[in-house]
Amino acid sequence: MEILSNLWLGFQVAVSPINLFYCLIGVLLGTLIGVLPGIGPIATIAMLLPITFNLNPVAALIMLAGIYYGAQYGGSTTAILVNIPGESSSVVTCLDGYQMARQGRAGPALAVAALGSFFAGCAATLIIAVAAPPLAEVALKFGPSEYFSLMVFGLIAATVLAHGSLIKAIAMVVFGLLLGIVGTDVNSGVLRFAFNIPELSDGIGFVIVAMGMFGTAEIVANLELKGDREIFTKKVTNLWPTKDDFMRSWPAVLRGTALGSFLGILPGGGALLASFGAYTLEKKVSRHPEQFGKGAIEGVAGPESANNAGAQTSFIPMLTLGIPSNAVMALMIGALMIQGIAPGPQVMNEKPQLFWGLIASMWVGNLMLVVLNLPLIGMWVKLLTVPYRYLYPSILVFMAIGVFSLSNNAFDVLIMAVFGIVGYVCVKLECEPAPMILGFILGPLMEENLRRAMLLSRGDPTVFLTKPISAGFIIAATILLIVVALPAIRKKREEVFVEEA
Amino acid sequence: MKIKSPKDFWSGLMFIVTGLFFLIWAVIHYNMGTAVRMGPAYFPVLLGGLLAALGLIIFISAFALQGPKVPQFHFRPLILISVGCVLYGYLMKPLGLIVATAALVFVSAFGGHEFKWREVVILYAILMLFSWLVFVRGLTLPFPMCPDFVANCPIR
Repeated sequence: MEILSNLWLGFQVAVSPINLFYCLIGVLLGTLIGVLPGIGPIATIAMLLPITFNLNPVAALIMLAGIYYGAQYGGSTTAILVNIPGESSSVVTCLDGYQMARQGRAGPALAVAALGSFFAGCAATLIIAVAAPPLAEVALKFGPSEYFSLMVFGLIAATVLAHGSLIKAIAMVVFGLLLGIVGTDVNSGVLRFAFNIPELSDGIGFVIVAMGMFGTAEIVANLELKGDREIFTKKVTNLWPTKDDFMRSWPAVLRGTALGSFLGILPGGGALLASFGAYTLEKKVSRHPEQFGKGAIEGVAGPESANNAGAQTSFIPMLTLGIPSNAVMALMIGALMIQGIAPGPQVMNEKPQLFWGLIASMWVGNLMLVVLNLPLIGMWVKLLTVPYRYLYPSILVFMAIGVFSLSNNAFDVLIMAVFGIVGYVCVKLECEPAPMILGFILGPLMEENLRRAMLLSRGDPTVFLTKPISAGFIIAATILLIVVALPAIRKKREEVFVEEA
Repeated sequence: MKIKSPKDFWSGLMFIVTGLFFLIWAVIHYNMGTAVRMGPAYFPVLLGGLLAALGLIIFISAFALQGPKVPQFHFRPLILISVGCVLYGYLMKPLGLIVATAALVFVSAFGGHEFKWREVVILYAILMLFSWLVFVRGLTLPFPMCPDFVANCPIR
């Protein structure tokens, strides 16, 4: 029973007072930003990365992870009570959750969302514990060509599953890869794209780019929206769901957990994809599809379980392969690197405390969320009444402090502002910033593995297709591209035909 | 030729220019090497070419496929928030945290829809106190509080 002894080790780490404290901070912060629209887990984690410098790696990761899954809880609260998705992954919860609240059944909706999330969190924790070690075992056997192909597959899959134009997403990945090249070339020591700016010799800071693209750019985009949010805080009475609610919810929770766990592992997956997938699934299998959108409790239970499961299982590729499956995981890798830990399959063996401690902390954090959140709902909703004109200067101050403290350098803040503008332009042109961040973090790794693979094969590029595992990744990536490209072409054509007709 | 999809037109152009810039700059300044021993220029040239090619496809498709207009840019919040951040960075060393935070809060607050002096002053006071307590005292980040020319800063 190696898993049990590993989990035991993890729980010992996770329940140490200091780690419990950071876990609590993480989930509280996560819920807070989950409740507040306009600031998401990506910007928050980026903001806190500089502070994690001073923490030990375990505490840092526990806190950052708590922010991600905590945000899923917070997002559902506002979605149900005020029809505002605090997080993009709770957009679908608005559909039925808010209708339930209008029918005076906000309590059961909130309870089902929280309990479903808790169940999903527990299940996902177990899945990580079971699935991660064998995956890491396989990954340890990977050579440079396998790694390169895996990264190609990961990046392609991430763009395929992201919404928006496929080709633009791929272009953003390449743009990110190029930005990752800036700095000193490890092989030759040549300074690349540094333009004689000494601060660029170590490359552009990952945190700085993320804060600009997701932080300042988002604030500017939010400031465009005029008008205040309509807030009404009705008293939530009778939290407990009825027996009928229970009977209808639990199969939805099971399905949501299963689907969410699966979608979370896929590159490009995570909470967002999971919740959308689960809602569609619930609508398909329901015997009363006409009730969806009018307050069907399955429409809350399924997606809410799925987004929490997806948020947690998306850690699997990050922890075992060192490959981020979404932008939040890219930041986690950034956090590991700040701590001097090279992400990859060796982390599990070399740092079992970190690995299992993080996994166990997810279960602990989920428990905290369920216990804390139901009583605190009133407080979270009150927070929504804080106008954005107080919020955004505060967010800016924290971002500026965080970036400046990285190396006490004004240049870093300038770079953040520049990427804020780049991010804003990208949003306007419908180019997603998330794929760029993935490319940015993988750029140096990809170049290194490409170099090694080509050196080993004496310059023969077919090596990526003659090695079976590597070929498998490349073929999978190609199939994905073809499959997704086909309906897109068809749809676009139809649009054009409609225009002409 | 009429531009049917302005968003694709501009983003395609952006990718082409960026890709070509990286490609040309790398070719001029760095050593290409060979496929076996890649020089510092090899990977950027590969990627720059790829980005330019993708950009070209997007650019061409802008003339073929109908697409939405580019939404209006709101320059006021964009400029004021960027300027606020940059001021914060470059005022920190000579003038200290108190002045730098003031610059960021007041300039960025001008970027919003409404600006009320009273509110912003109170917000600034709270944020300043918080930054001082948490970051300077709590996390002991080495930020100067007062301007350089103040010999004995009363706040540390």
